[in-house]
Amino acid sequence: MMKVVEGSYAVAHAVMCCQPDVISAYPITPQTHIVENLSQLVADGELDSEFVTVDSEFSAMSALVGSCAAGARSYSSSTSQGLALMYEVLYNVSGLRMPIVMTVANRAMGAPLNIWNDQQDSVGARDCGWIQLYAENVQEAVDLTPQAYKIAEDPNILTPVMACMDGFVLTHVYEPVELLDKDAVQKFLPPFKPKYVLDPKNPMTIGAFADPSTYTEFRYLQFEAQERALKKIEDVAKEFKETFGRYYGGIIDTYQAEDAEIMIVTMGSVIGTIKDAIDEMRAEGIKVGLTKIRSYRPFPVQALRNALKDCSVIAVIEKDVSIGMEAGILNDLKSAFYNSKIRTPIIGFTAGLGGRDITIKDIRKIVEKARAAEKGIESEFEFLNLRKEII
Amino acid sequence: MQNLFTPGHRACAGCAMPTTIRLVLDAAGENTIVVSPTGCLEVTSTPYPESSWNVPWLHSLFENAASVASGVEVTLRRQCKDTNVICIGGDGSTFDIGIGSISGMFDRGHNIKYICYDNEAYMNTGVQRSGSTPFCVHTTTTPAGKESLGNPRPKKDMPAIAVAHNVPYVATASVAYPVDLRKKIKRSLEIPGPAYIQVNAPCITGWTFEAGSTIEIARLAVETGLWPLYEMVDGKLAGVKKIRALKPVEDYLKAQGRYKHLFKKSGGPDVLKAIQGIAQSNIEKYGLVD
Repeated sequence: MMKVVEGSYAVAHAVMCCQPDVISAYPITPQTHIVENLSQLVADGELDSEFVTVDSEFSAMSALVGSCAAGARSYSSSTSQGLALMYEVLYNVSGLRMPIVMTVANRAMGAPLNIWNDQQDSVGARDCGWIQLYAENVQEAVDLTPQAYKIAEDPNILTPVMACMDGFVLTHVYEPVELLDKDAVQKFLPPFKPKYVLDPKNPMTIGAFADPSTYTEFRYLQFEAQERALKKIEDVAKEFKETFGRYYGGIIDTYQAEDAEIMIVTMGSVIGTIKDAIDEMRAEGIKVGLTKIRSYRPFPVQALRNALKDCSVIAVIEKDVSIGMEAGILNDLKSAFYNSKIRTPIIGFTAGLGGRDITIKDIRKIVEKARAAEKGIESEFEFLNLRKEII
Repeated sequence: MQNLFTPGHRACAGCAMPTTIRLVLDAAGENTIVVSPTGCLEVTSTPYPESSWNVPWLHSLFENAASVASGVEVTLRRQCKDTNVICIGGDGSTFDIGIGSISGMFDRGHNIKYICYDNEAYMNTGVQRSGSTPFCVHTTTTPAGKESLGNPRPKKDMPAIAVAHNVPYVATASVAYPVDLRKKIKRSLEIPGPAYIQVNAPCITGWTFEAGSTIEIARLAVETGLWPLYEMVDGKLAGVKKIRALKPVEDYLKAQGRYKHLFKKSGGPDVLKAIQGIAQSNIEKYGLVD
């Protein structure tokens, strides 16, 4: 049954259905409603979890290192500065192969301080060894939660997952959502049974240091697991569809892509606006389509090559910037295509930084620029709607 | 009884740390999980694929052992397991970089016993000053020199910080007093909630003293009043190791290279007086001498 609820409640409810043993989080806007809801669910006895209130995001993720090592399904949520404060632990968690799931309520990074949405925080953490999945709407953020655990806890993957949802745009919006059924989630997601745990009857050293003769192989094994995750993400999405009837694509999804000449590539909540813009333009005969990235890490190289091989121009829209070298998706996409036969022009737009709205008009503007780039690229990368008058 | 911390580790000959760990684990027994921060202990005891630990042992980062242990402890509680959770870290991770995590752990009241093997500087990285470094000690970042008599600040009072968190059991101990140390570990495990025990653990390379005199140096620290041995239960002084024959601080300082500048430089005598003053204030504060 569809219910109109806030995005944060919907996600907290989804977390509850996954029955984490331990939750540890530190409050930060716009993540707060998620952890407040979880705290209330624990307080009301609806969720049987240990909620550890900590002194920082750094400690939140650190506590989960301990809980996970002791055999607990473990959950956190954070964003922006909080995610940055966790940075050191993020590498540690993935290196220790701990299947922790964290909802990232995507927000801009300071300075200047800004609490509004963009995706600089998680895109900036792309190399930490976590799987990163991005939700388009609240329903997908809900559905990503059990999927994330199922992917992370697979013994062949054992990699932490960030389930990313745009801050405010998705965390604070009220929209009709199909809340998950706890029993159905229990069937979909079996109990967490880690192979290696801290146990005095079978003492094990976890977190030894590795010298140059072994360090590379630890990293390689993580790399390999992420490559395996490409298929796992797809499989889990399909399994989810069988149980719950909803499917958003696996590692990518497409919209109006079949005969598209102009292809937009993006991820996150801006997709809703883009789909509306595409509908408008399609009605006018403009052959524009969308490729949505669901999995940013692992980056779906082959899937993107297949999805984008037939269009005549590609426009990337993303809410992040790599200061000094364009932006995340744009860099990765070009890199994915360099050794392929695809020579389609690619242009990139950084948009929606620090919560600036991206409108249908903006999408149309980008499509016009893409059309022009078919004949020759004038600008490979730009900040959309730059307010030159205040610079 | 099985040795819970086995030989073969890479600690320096004459290091007080492995002895301290042995004593702690002897007292705690095998139903124990240890969480350690980065530091000498971690580096010398767990070069992959080897390990000196015969109890479950977890290392994550330099500044988060208390937070990591918190996660372990809540999980064990949830699983209804009655296993000791002990953090063992050096003074750098305890006094400085990890103090936020420790404060959080104390504040939440976890049943975790935090043991600091205190060698009074960042020894693993090459003897840099920490918040635990005593007054006028030469370290590589507070070197004695023409214009310097070493570390300009006194040692941070970490046990008092623990007491200020209402930690029910706080104690100091010394590797030179193994019976006392074992007793304190056992007592801490009997009292529910967090505990903080700070163990004086001389470092042969950082303090520079004669090989073989580790225990003697640690004993001198106690006998001069510079390392008072005491217990605080529920914030109140509950036990003190009395000094039978009080010795002048020079006896302790002279035996160590880290203080040698005090016996050569013109400002030295004043500093020696000041350090004797620190000992005197400990003697009065804790009633160390009858």
